Amino acid sequence: MSPWRSDALLVWLLRGCAALVGAIVVLILLFLVRESMPAFRHVGIGRFFTDASWHPLADGSQGEFNLTPMLVGSLVAMLGAVLLAAPLGVGSAVFCHYYAPRWIARAYRKMIELLAGIPSVVYGFWGLVVLVPLIASWHPHGPSLLAGILLLTIMILPTIALTIDAALANVPREYVSGAAALGMSRWGIIRGVVFPAAKSGVFTGILLGTGRAIGETMAVMMVCGNVVRMPDGIFAPMRTLTANIALEMAYAMGDHRSALFVSGLLLMVLVIALVAMAEMIGKEHIHQES
Amino acid sequence: MQPKTFQDRKIVPSVMLCLALVVLCSSCSRALPSKTGESDGSKLQGQLTLTGSSTVAPLAMEIGKRFESLHPAVRVDVQMGGSSRGIADARSGLADIGMVSRKLHAEESDLHGFTIAKDGLCLIVHRDNPVTELTNEQVIAIYTDRINNWKQVGGNDAAITVVHKAEGRATLELFLKYFGLENPAVKADVVIGDNEQGIKTVAGNPDAVGYVSIGAGEYDASHDVPIKLLPIGGVAATTANIRNGRFPLSRELNLVTKNKPQGLTKAFLDFARSNEVHDLIEEQYFVPLAK
Repeated sequence: MSPWRSDALLVWLLRGCAALVGAIVVLILLFLVRESMPAFRHVGIGRFFTDASWHPLADGSQGEFNLTPMLVGSLVAMLGAVLLAAPLGVGSAVFCHYYAPRWIARAYRKMIELLAGIPSVVYGFWGLVVLVPLIASWHPHGPSLLAGILLLTIMILPTIALTIDAALANVPREYVSGAAALGMSRWGIIRGVVFPAAKSGVFTGILLGTGRAIGETMAVMMVCGNVVRMPDGIFAPMRTLTANIALEMAYAMGDHRSALFVSGLLLMVLVIALVAMAEMIGKEHIHQES
Repeated sequence: MQPKTFQDRKIVPSVMLCLALVVLCSSCSRALPSKTGESDGSKLQGQLTLTGSSTVAPLAMEIGKRFESLHPAVRVDVQMGGSSRGIADARSGLADIGMVSRKLHAEESDLHGFTIAKDGLCLIVHRDNPVTELTNEQVIAIYTDRINNWKQVGGNDAAITVVHKAEGRATLELFLKYFGLENPAVKADVVIGDNEQGIKTVAGNPDAVGYVSIGAGEYDASHDVPIKLLPIGGVAATTANIRNGRFPLSRELNLVTKNKPQGLTKAFLDFARSNEVHDLIEEQYFVPLAK
């Protein structure tokens, strides 16, 4: 086979792969829309935000279909977890890279990788038997927004820490050596040289963590209490959109089932919004400096 | 870094080739096995359609699977749609067998009913909770938040954590119906999905109260999970009391047919009521009938 022909083959294979991956995303979206249609027809888009609460029935003209508390629940849990995990992740990556002795850094990195590999059900189980009773002994009931946020923080921390760690490793050595030669302090180098250079990597890490936080289902379902209600405090139980689908899908029929697909669609829209936002922020802040 | 990326570039085409091969192979092998199992010596063959209750359906699917493995020429098709659909489809002949998760009503006596198992619910609390019984009125008051401290029903001074099931669950319907509650009136603190999650939640919270299938509750309580099954109406929550019909919060799981069953339908119904499926019934936390 001539080099030209093997190249052409590869190009077409890659094109095929790309088309397949693209098609999957589009097909999933179309599928979600199609399955949501009965609910849109019988319930209407407005009622998903204005109904008194969430008491779905198979017949869409009866029942109540308000998804807002769950949308808010998803967003609040995600936001709380990212706000806690981002500084921790940045801190741990910086420690690992610039402050820890080599052997500690290596062991520490392995431990975080292990943390990233634990299945979410295991986290959920741990949350249910350790974290929730702990919170319950502090303030009644236990399963709460706080439990969800703490659990999600632990779950997305390794993702954030590892991505940022990789971003720091990609900062050219010359930058650091040059800054050191100028007599800058270690913290000065990290703040003034490393962070600006690694900005996009740090941002990607936090974004990946955010994505995982919003999509997480099992663990959140096990510790959040799943009561459909606007969370009015960190000790209040709440339900996320993902948990809503997982809890009710097995027994849902008719418009109730379709309404669960609307939950999925809403989740998808949320993720798309997140990615678009990241794109915008990325363009504004990261590229102006480099 | 340089040499590594060079190596990567060489690997890429071969990886792609492998991927392509895997895709090809899997699509080929998919087409093969559909034609086996028809030239079997077994007498029974054909298709059996079951529709109805979503409570019975998972059990019917398991029984169907085992039945298919015994009679390779038989296909058992199980579809959910609620007990009323089970009745309607059995009557109209759309389904060979209807699945109904309650006792048959008087006006349904034209159908032939076959009870395959029973299902029961009980209230559970933590083992350390001093409360040993709740009256029906107390349960209703607790679930509608009119009572929210264990002190009010003779327990410790602690807030009650009300554990409730998610929308659409069969156990939820049974619970609401027995206590005459409307779901929007229930003020829960925790909403759970399956029995196991309910038991874990109560086991981890000394002040919680929940309800689960008796099969699941009894199994866990006897395996050192710190929960306690509360009696209802003075009747202890045991599978034995469900079997003999004394326990009030229970129901029958029925299969119904339009005509007197014969042939394949009869074979399946006999199988579904035989000792051979007791383990499947217990796996779903239902109570098999005594033989």
